[in-house]
Order: sequence, then C-alpha cells, then structure tokens
Amino acid sequence: MATPLIDLAGVGMTYEAASGPVEALADISLTVGTGEFVSLVGPSGCGKSTLLRIVAGLRPATRGTVKVAGGEVTEPIPDVGMVFQAPILLKWRSILDNVLLPAELAGKDRRSFWARAQALLEMAGLHGFAEKLPRELSGGMQQRASLCRALLLDPPLLLMDEPFGALDAMTRDDMALELLRIWGELDLERNQRKTVLFVTHSIAEAVFLSDRVVVMSARPGRIAADLRIDLPRPRTVELRGSEAFGQLNLEIFRTLTGRTTGASTQ
Amino acid sequence: MNIKAATRQYWPTVALFVALIVVWQLAVSLTGVREYLLPAPLSVWNAMWFGEIAWGQHLWTTTWEIIGAFVMAAVVGVALGVAIAWSPLLANALVPFLVFVNTLPKVAIAPLFLIWMGYGIFPNMLMGALIGFFPVVINTAVGLSQVEADMLDLGRVFNAPKWKIFVKIRIPNALPYILSALKITATAAVVGAIVGEFVASQKGLGYVIVTTQSSMNTSVAFAALIWISIVGLLLYGVVVLLAHLWAPWAEGVD
Repeated sequence: MATPLIDLAGVGMTYEAASGPVEALADISLTVGTGEFVSLVGPSGCGKSTLLRIVAGLRPATRGTVKVAGGEVTEPIPDVGMVFQAPILLKWRSILDNVLLPAELAGKDRRSFWARAQALLEMAGLHGFAEKLPRELSGGMQQRASLCRALLLDPPLLLMDEPFGALDAMTRDDMALELLRIWGELDLERNQRKTVLFVTHSIAEAVFLSDRVVVMSARPGRIAADLRIDLPRPRTVELRGSEAFGQLNLEIFRTLTGRTTGASTQ
Repeated sequence: MNIKAATRQYWPTVALFVALIVVWQLAVSLTGVREYLLPAPLSVWNAMWFGEIAWGQHLWTTTWEIIGAFVMAAVVGVALGVAIAWSPLLANALVPFLVFVNTLPKVAIAPLFLIWMGYGIFPNMLMGALIGFFPVVINTAVGLSQVEADMLDLGRVFNAPKWKIFVKIRIPNALPYILSALKITATAAVVGAIVGEFVASQKGLGYVIVTTQSSMNTSVAFAALIWISIVGLLLYGVVVLLAHLWAPWAEGVD
C-alpha cells in the first residue's frame, strides 16, 4: 500500500442522548493509502457517516487518534472535498456560482477558479447548464454539480457520504461510472489519484467503485471485514455481470448479514 | 404571462367584483335603504371624486404613515432577527421581551403615544411599525437558521468566517422568509396607521372616517375605506413585485 493518507487508530465515539450515553463507534482502526478508493458499507446507523465526519474533523472522536496526511485532526481539515447525499446547492445561485462557492468561502479569488469551474462542468456533462438555477436540473445533474463543487479546489481527499443514495437505480449506476471516469481523468492531471472515502449502503456500488471495501457492523459501529477488490480497472458496465463481481458481492453480503446460505425467506 | 392567460386567470375576479357592485346597487335601489345606513355605489363613487373632502392631503398623510410604518417595521424587524440568529445571548435576552411586546394589544397603547408624542404623522407610523414588525423578526430569525447542517459543514470545511456564512448563505436563504413576512407587514402597517389616526389625528383617511361618524356622511366613510384599501393593495403589490425580483428561486414559497 502507498503511504497512508488517513490513519485511524482505536477511534471511538460516544454521544449523550436523552436515554444516556450511546456508543456510536467502537475501536475503529483503519488506514487508507494515498490514491486509494475505499468504501464503507454497513447497515443504517452503523456510524459510517459519523466516521466520515470524524475524518473531516467536523465531529470530534471521543477516543483514539485520527490522522490525515500525518497530522492529527482536531478541527475541520482543509484540502478536502465533501459530497453529501443531498446536493445542497444554494437555490439562488447559478450552477457555476455554486461550483465556485468553495473559492469564496475559503477566501480565494473566485476569478482565478472560473476556468477550472467551467472545465469541471464540462467534464461532468453539465456544459450549457452553468447559468441555470439548481431547480432547473434533474437530481442526478444536481449531484454532478455538487461533485464539481467538491473538486473545485482540487483537494487530494474526497469524502463522499452516500452521494448517490437519493438517485434512482439507473442514474445511480451511471453516476458510479461517471465518478470513476472523473477520478481517472484527474489521475492524468496530477499524476496522483485522489484518495476517496466513500460511504454507501449499496454493496454492488461499493464493489464496483472501490479498491477496498470496509464492512461495518451496527451499534456500536466496528469493522467487521476489510476486503480488497482485485477487479481490473477501468471498471466497465460488463464487470457487473462477471462472476468475480458476483462472488465479492455475495461475500460482503454474508459478512454483513451473518448468513451463510442464500435461502430467501420470502 | 400573455393576455389570454391573464384573462383566463383574472376574469372570475373581475366578474365577482362587478356582480357584487351590481347586487349592492340593486339592493339599495330596491329596498330604499337610507343613504346614511348604506350608500349606493354611485354615491360612494361621487364621494371619492367630487365630494367636499380634499382627498389629496388625507391620502398623502396616510400613505406616508403607512410607508413609514412599513419601512420601520422592515428595518427594525430584520435587524432584530439578525441579532437573534447571530448570538444565542442576544436571542435569550430579546425573544421573551419581544414576545411580551407582541402580546400587548397595540390599540391600547395608542393613547399613550398621544400623551408622549402628541399629534402628527410619526406616532401613527410608530403604531403601524409596532403592529407589523413581529412577523419580520420571527421570519428573519427562522430563515437565517433554516440552513441544512451539511451546508454549514461545507462552510466549516473551508474555514469560512461567521460573517461570510451569513452574507453568502444565511441571508439569501432568509430572503424569501423575510419577503413573505413583509406581505403581512404591508397589511399591518395600514391597520396601524388607521388605528393611530382614530386615536389622534387632524389629517388622514382614518381621520376622515372618524369625522363622518358625527356627520352621518356614510358615503364619505365608504370612499375613505376604498382609498385605504387602494393604498394597501398598492403597497402589497410592491412587496409581491420585490419578491419576484429579489427571490425568484423561491416562487411559490407562500
């Protein structure tokens, strides 16, 4: 593995609820190498989104150490692109102005990012939509715009929290391909792939996208398995029909559910 | 909107309006009800344009009171809303006090205004502002805080200072809420100005109505009412227009 960009050691998180303390995450140790695409899968409530926010420094871990690029994370870290389940575009801004928002928020000169924003929109197939308002775009297009926004400042790390979770199945598969394409193109540009930590509850999506799939169990969230996905890149639509793809899906499904037979109860 | 679509949308409004006038005129002609009880539409029309009342100066006074009340309510309301959303300390200090002020029956305060400030346009403006400011405070504060948590996280990721989050995210987010409240304020400003004039005034449309009580000149009272509603409608229309111009993304929020 390349040098780890993310290094979690014994990370735990307990929060106070009305009924008493709730342990959301227990003893998570995980490293993600530079340029790796790692997915976190797990049932709802296993704390995978919380873990993502802990890596970003948006929530504090209550135990253990969190390191990104060698430095301990104690506050929101710069140089990270975030994509959430909802596109959360600003309704009153054009798509282009939404993509430029990070530059403004980070106090940079937005004019110097104008060309890059246009290029990103072009790459995401949003050419011609730069001046539209978000509501004029479909859900999938809005999410692509939100990906462009995350990429604007060219962060080496992308944190994605179920980014395609709100989309219909077909759009979702398209977006997965699109994401890999964009990820690959940036590879050429920087001679270094972006590191991606991708939260999803779709096993197939995780397998299709990732170099590694980390399976989490629920309450408190811990790592149940860490599987290497040795499928060839670039990943293609045909891959979804391959035996290796099916085997990996099944293996992760079994780890997640604890079931060893495939018998359906329905 | 083209003329055809406009016709389709508005013809029922016009038809109902005309029908009401016709029924009103017929009712007065057929029953022979006395003029001071219910004047005919035609005599109201005459009172609006040809009577002994110098409508110009009264309209002028009341319109200024309403505009002043509206602007005061808007400025003070937005400022208080921003203060509440900005700091929990200010929110804790201000909110109970504002709720208390809002529960006061404003009409009952009008005589105090007379004692403190005497006759004039300003106390009537203040009365309108007092009636109309509260929804602006609430909607401003709500609009400023109704921002997705993920959006705020995005701000934190880029280490954006608090004022920048306000200027770029919270305030535009609150704009449709504020404009929505201003529609209520536009109506409240009219009520306030008239209430003020009822209690203490020497000019204005409210003053005209009060004077007709003793003279039994009901058609003049009706005429004054219509003038008031025209001013109110115009102000309301301006607010709706501003909402169209300033927050076109929020069409249909109210």
